[in-house]
Amino acid sequence: MRKLFIILLTIYFFNTSLHAYSSDPKEFVTELVNEAINKLSDKSLTEEDKMKFVEKVALENVDIKALSLYTLGELRKSTSKQDIIRYQKSFEKYFLKSLTSRLSDYSSSKFEVIAADQKSANYTIVNSKVTPGEGNPEIKIDWRIYTKNVDKPLIRDLIVEGLSLARTQKEEFASILSANNNNIVALIEKLDEFVKN
Amino acid sequence: MKLTKKLLQILSSLFLIFLVSTSTLKAADECFEGLSRSIFKFNMAFDDIILEPVAKGYNKLPTPIKSGTSNFTSNIATLLSIPNSLLQGNLSQVGHSTGSFLINSTLGILGIFNPAEKMGLKPYKEDVGQTLGAYGFGPGCYLVLPVLGPSTARDSVGLIADSFLDPFAHVTIREKSLFGISGNDLDYFSVKGTDAVDFRADNILNFESVKQNSLDLYSSMKSIYLQDRENKIQNSINKDDDWGSLDN
Repeated sequence: MRKLFIILLTIYFFNTSLHAYSSDPKEFVTELVNEAINKLSDKSLTEEDKMKFVEKVALENVDIKALSLYTLGELRKSTSKQDIIRYQKSFEKYFLKSLTSRLSDYSSSKFEVIAADQKSANYTIVNSKVTPGEGNPEIKIDWRIYTKNVDKPLIRDLIVEGLSLARTQKEEFASILSANNNNIVALIEKLDEFVKN
Repeated sequence: MKLTKKLLQILSSLFLIFLVSTSTLKAADECFEGLSRSIFKFNMAFDDIILEPVAKGYNKLPTPIKSGTSNFTSNIATLLSIPNSLLQGNLSQVGHSTGSFLINSTLGILGIFNPAEKMGLKPYKEDVGQTLGAYGFGPGCYLVLPVLGPSTARDSVGLIADSFLDPFAHVTIREKSLFGISGNDLDYFSVKGTDAVDFRADNILNFESVKQNSLDLYSSMKSIYLQDRENKIQNSINKDDDWGSLDN
């Protein structure tokens, strides 16, 4: 009986996490974040369930492939396809690990989408604010949403209080590459090491 | 005292020469990376041993005490924004800063409360580094200062100039009297130290997150500092992006 309950719960959990969000960028961000906050603050779910949920949502709604290429900078143009594929695999694991540790900190937050600004046919910036609990100051977060496929918007960057996470990542990687004669293998090793620890 | 002043003048001149010679460099260029990384390590140890524990303790204080302290130090910082907004020709900001300081210092009981914000006054924090940036001076090369943290050639010169332009520094570390008010070094460093603790306390979670997820914390902090300064100079979020062909 207990086993059946767990199976049913698992089916329910994965079904709800697979539901498609709105194709309107503003609605998309609102629905996605509110669901994430609800899940992360749900005391009936284990930490592992929560992390699995975050990973699943990220894989479906973040343009991790484009983000990995962006953070590689100009080197993406001169790197072999084989190395790029290897790098992207390592980057994805690194991204998911760092994302899950970041999001769990904001599970008690209140979230509000303020506005959306369509910059071009391909991307929209959605402005939002997060109010963390315990009297912590409000945080402004802008979401860079890629809308080339109008039916499936994808997150490309978070700009927290004016600081682009993608740009910070790109500049961090550039420093590692520069210290290693632009050898992408050194960067891949660093990413793998982070995932292992 | 005279010797200290002389030394400060010499240092300022040397920094000015340094600024002129490096202002054409991009901020991503390092002044002396090896030394900066060593100072960064020292700063991180300082943070681990002193700043972070103090900030965590500060965060345990009741919210009214924390917000009162934060308002008090922010109100004093507004004094530096007034001359800088004027030097940038931003008269609207001069009004916001002056109005905010006068209202908060009186109605807000020495700046402990912030009634000016409720009246719609929103002063930006401005310093000489930002003013030089607004004049078109590039950031120059990047460096890390002991205890004070990330900086650039331009911002380091600005930091020295701040102590001459800031009315609060004038009445404390310069020991001059302004409208009958005077203080001493201890007043200056107490307020600046409290401001640093308040900032660190506000960013406990964010800093921890960056620390946990960085492959090279030095570079992450450098990027964050440079982006923040760009935004502050423009008084807005940097709209430039470099996604290029990835956005097509």
